Amino acid sequence: MNVVLQPIVNFGNWLWAFLATAVIALCGEEFAPSVLYTVKILLLILCIVLPLMGFMAYLTLLERKLIGWMQVRIGPNRVTFFGIRALGGLAQPVVDGIKLLLKEVIIPTGANKFLFVLAPIMLMMPALAAWAVIPFGPEMVLANVDAGLLYIMAITSMGVYGVVIAGWASNSKYAFLGALRSAAQIVSYEIAMGFALVGVLMASQTLNLVGIVEAQHGNLGLFSWFYIPLFPFFLVYLIAGVAETNRHPFDVAEGESEIVAGFHVEYSGMAFALFFLAEYINMILVAALCSLMFLGGWLSPFPESWGLLGVGGFHWLFAKIMFVLVLFIWFRATFPRYRYDQIMRLGWKVFIPITILWIAVLGAWMQTPLWVWWK
Amino acid sequence: MSFHDFIFYAFSAVLVAAAIGVITSRNPVHAALLLVLAFFTSSGLWIQLQAEFLAITLVLVYVGAVMVLFLFVVMMLDINLVKLREGFWSYLPLGAVVGVLLALEMGAVLWTFYSRGVIEAPALPANYSNTRELGRLLYTDYVYPFEIAAVILLVAIVAAIALTLRTRKTSKYVDPAWQVKARSQDRVRIVKMQSENRQD
Repeated sequence: MNVVLQPIVNFGNWLWAFLATAVIALCGEEFAPSVLYTVKILLLILCIVLPLMGFMAYLTLLERKLIGWMQVRIGPNRVTFFGIRALGGLAQPVVDGIKLLLKEVIIPTGANKFLFVLAPIMLMMPALAAWAVIPFGPEMVLANVDAGLLYIMAITSMGVYGVVIAGWASNSKYAFLGALRSAAQIVSYEIAMGFALVGVLMASQTLNLVGIVEAQHGNLGLFSWFYIPLFPFFLVYLIAGVAETNRHPFDVAEGESEIVAGFHVEYSGMAFALFFLAEYINMILVAALCSLMFLGGWLSPFPESWGLLGVGGFHWLFAKIMFVLVLFIWFRATFPRYRYDQIMRLGWKVFIPITILWIAVLGAWMQTPLWVWWK
Repeated sequence: MSFHDFIFYAFSAVLVAAAIGVITSRNPVHAALLLVLAFFTSSGLWIQLQAEFLAITLVLVYVGAVMVLFLFVVMMLDINLVKLREGFWSYLPLGAVVGVLLALEMGAVLWTFYSRGVIEAPALPANYSNTRELGRLLYTDYVYPFEIAAVILLVAIVAAIALTLRTRKTSKYVDPAWQVKARSQDRVRIVKMQSENRQD
């Protein structure tokens, strides 16, 4: 392991030292620390965003392949690298990306041009900004802030503006209907989601995401994670997460059969690709939060006494994120779309009462000696 | 000017510009979106004051929920600007008086505050958590005002629902529990019959 990694680490250190001298030479001793700090943060942001984009691209391929297999089809299998047939379909996301980049962005007549262009950016910005506080390991986090969970709730709640503005600025009634549906749905499910998070912070006694994962650390391996005492919250969060990302079976905002493609019907080319990107990045974000809050984050499912298997790390977090993502894809292949009034009923009349009830139960439970999760 | 000051002035400039935009923009949707920008920048200013809990709650409540509903309503309104502007000159004197009074009052409050001289904020201990401290204050020292505010909000919620709740007589709503309970035997009756010979 070290034989492979050591030269890379050495090279990184050398590059950083070179950069530091260059910056000091350019801006002088006084400003160099703040400039270097900014450069460092920007590099770290790149280290999160670039793999995320790649992951997102191949998630679309995984989704198409998985749904294909579930429906006894083959899925994309033509586009390959260098004509190697065994790699069938692996180049599909790359080609899709290039196609969307090269297409013309059409702005409809009568559309509000500024807002029309702004909408995909408004959707993409919160989807990426939320990753600032997501920890990938005990030390691997860009901003280890105390109010991390609140920050995520606040930032993700801004995503709805992208959808609403896109629908309004398109000057199309299908887009507008989609935007109205989506806005009502996102606002409704955010309440249930917020209540589910209240349960998590009651159990972990902190808003810090690293702290939440560490609160799930115990001798029992996967039985000390929060999905057991907070099972109703886990379910509500998972389902509300699907609804928040406008995915099947809650995708009435797109509803192909009724309103063509909903809020992004007038978008083409890269503007459309941004909506697509934001949806998948939000999906990965919900999966990551689900893994961090209920499935123990980077902790190993086995007890620590099991040696190498019991050691936590990023691979466990990645496995959990993949598990939740495959669940999302599976939902899409399995369930028929909800009717709109039933979506609202589920959000307001089922989920909110369940979460409020379980907050009361949890509060009482935590006062008794039967509570074994929080020390 | 330190970096901190630079950020403060940049945010303040955006905030003031957005606030002016809210009242001068001709399009109500633009005005609502500029108000969102104003909320967001003021929360940035609060973060600079190390009140991160309040700042995040401002974004969460006002930007994430209240303004979405606002925008929702504004988008569906058909606002005729010519009609709205009709009474501008006749309302101007009254509006100007109220505006000047407001400005004077705010000035008086700020003047009494700053005439005492600017006091440096005391340094906070390393493990100080704004959120924890707020929670402690709300549930100990200020528990009665807090609970009274909660009750008033609850009454407002109940009143809002009571005022707007109307059951439509023509609604064809079916309780999903009933739908789930339905069995095929209740709906379809299969009658077995002997086939009859064709009669020519």
